[in-house]
Amino acid sequence: MNERQQAVYATVQASLRRRYARERRFRALGLGAVILGLSFVLLLFTDIISKGYSAFVQTYITLPVYFDPQVIDPNEQRDPAQLARADYRQLVRAPLRALFPEVKNRRAKRQLYRLLSTGATYQIRAMVLADPGLIGQTRQIALLADDDVDMITKGHVDQATAEERFGADYRSWLQQLTRQGRLHTRWNIEFFTAGDSREPELAGIGGAMAGSFYTLLVTLLLSCPIGIAAAIYLEEFAPRNRFTDLIEVNINNLAAVPSIVFGLLGLAIFINLFGLPRSAPLVGGLVLTLMTLPTVIIASRAALQAVPPSIREAALGIGASRTQTVFHHVLPLALPGMLTGTIIGMAQALGETAPLLMIGMVAFIVDVPNSPLDPSSALPVQVYLWADSPERAFVERTSAAIMVLLAFLISMNACAVALRRRFERRW
Amino acid sequence: MPEIQSASGDAQLADESFRTIGKTYVDQPRMTASQVNVYYGDKQAICDVSLGIARNEVIAMIGPSGCGKSTFLRCLNRMNDTIAGCRVSGTIRLDQQDIYDKRLDVVPLRARVGMVFQKPNPFPKSIYDNVAYGPRIHGLARKGVELDEVVETSLRRAGLWTEVKDRLAAPGTGLSGGQQQRLCIARTIAVSPEVILMDEPCSALDPIATARIEELLVELRKNYTIAVVTHSMQQAARISQRTAYFHLGHLIEVGETTRIFTNPQHKLTEDYITGRFG
Repeated sequence: MNERQQAVYATVQASLRRRYARERRFRALGLGAVILGLSFVLLLFTDIISKGYSAFVQTYITLPVYFDPQVIDPNEQRDPAQLARADYRQLVRAPLRALFPEVKNRRAKRQLYRLLSTGATYQIRAMVLADPGLIGQTRQIALLADDDVDMITKGHVDQATAEERFGADYRSWLQQLTRQGRLHTRWNIEFFTAGDSREPELAGIGGAMAGSFYTLLVTLLLSCPIGIAAAIYLEEFAPRNRFTDLIEVNINNLAAVPSIVFGLLGLAIFINLFGLPRSAPLVGGLVLTLMTLPTVIIASRAALQAVPPSIREAALGIGASRTQTVFHHVLPLALPGMLTGTIIGMAQALGETAPLLMIGMVAFIVDVPNSPLDPSSALPVQVYLWADSPERAFVERTSAAIMVLLAFLISMNACAVALRRRFERRW
Repeated sequence: MPEIQSASGDAQLADESFRTIGKTYVDQPRMTASQVNVYYGDKQAICDVSLGIARNEVIAMIGPSGCGKSTFLRCLNRMNDTIAGCRVSGTIRLDQQDIYDKRLDVVPLRARVGMVFQKPNPFPKSIYDNVAYGPRIHGLARKGVELDEVVETSLRRAGLWTEVKDRLAAPGTGLSGGQQQRLCIARTIAVSPEVILMDEPCSALDPIATARIEELLVELRKNYTIAVVTHSMQQAARISQRTAYFHLGHLIEVGETTRIFTNPQHKLTEDYITGRFG
């Protein structure tokens, strides 16, 4: 080495430590950001899961119910209409009175009856209607407990608060029921099948799930073909001029429009102008289609652009028409990418709440919808509704509904990722 | 069409002008381009090129990068139509028919003037479907035995049959580069074109695969008219009957391959051939 080279070498050596230190700092910064992000996600999940997991079980009180013919069917005609009208409250209250004979005064009795949910009455009625042969028999039946009982059993309300709110008797009744093995929890299937209710123990996400399903069905059926067709036209057929530029800018802008604006648009156009029913998944689907279309179009165009031009040239070079080129060669290669975009758009639509509020899907609807025209709610809106409710039992149901929603979202995104992996660049 | 001698004529000595030297038009042309200008937006890529392509000849187009030879080739079956902002003036005739006529349909034109590209670009489908695609869309053969025959003949002519006859259902993209290019040639000749345009068909291939393709071109010449763009002067010398030398969008010199390589008239041609630039 001559002097000059030595000087250069020394300078490089001297600067190395600083350069490496900078590199380490940058790496640490990046890692820090990732860890911070992950820890927030972890915090969110822990919070939701710890609050919500108990909603998947429900407290029941097993009582010997005597299907009293005097109460249910005094005329012994077994007429279903008559059976449906009978006062089943008496049937579930009788065993409670028998268990706690010391309860005498009216107020205390009312308190005692509140151990059971109103759902217990419906439970008995449904049993009788399904099998009138039960009349006259005595059965040990697990009856749905009230949400307060449920909360105390699950430990969400501590003993002191419970005593303060419900009185010392209430606590001793529960203790007695527990001692007798009558108080127990079991898998809460009703949570997935029932519609909304004012009573937390009766409320389920069945209605909301069905509403979300119909809404997404409408969205998928509309946004997938329209979005893909629009993307194909813009990418493969449209001339490049001012007009198509304008369309392009507008599509990109639409993707950034706040979703509540789409809700207002849906309210004004679909409901007020076209007279479509309020709170219907059909309208929700239409609104969400407007919202998802830009996502689908942009993703589909990207997928089309990713198809190498050599494929198009090959097809054109042997005399395929433009339509043949697109449909025989370009589209099959772009389709996985398009579907990925569509699924991500669908996942967005599934989690969207604001536009659905505007078109009335926020209404309190007990029935599970049977078609896209029935009034219904949607999963995220259900979360919104329950989060507003004061009962402690709705807190766990809110979290449980969020868990279900997240499960759907994660599985949809996983589908998209799997699809992308599976069909990634095979030419 | 009357035969026109180029303005400069054969005898004129080399000068620095861009007027074409040599006999641009031929006696029995399959395709004739006259005064073709091509613009990409404001940029002119081809200036006043006139060139005839004779029946059953292999014409080689050579020249440095960016000289417009590929652009000119792509004009011959209107592949330039797909490029936004590309404008073509002048006339190009295929058997006396102007291919830039507004009433002319490009789909049958491209069936008559096929093209093989620089990079082998088989469809991501089976070998059979690659070859059968053209006949299928043009309705040239009925499904079944007839189509099988077309596929076999085309693959035989492309010299690929013995290598792939046992795996026609395998994907075309799984073949080696040279095989893929021969598959693309088979795909092109499956629709029985009159002219085959080849845009540097061997530039992505190794010497052995290149030799196979060159042998194939000599064979194919019996049935087709072939225009080849190439970067390799040796290749041009080996396979072509006539050679056209392009420079900066001008057709500088055209003539018998042997003459161009032994006795170039224009200084630019000479410089290029002797390896002084390019």
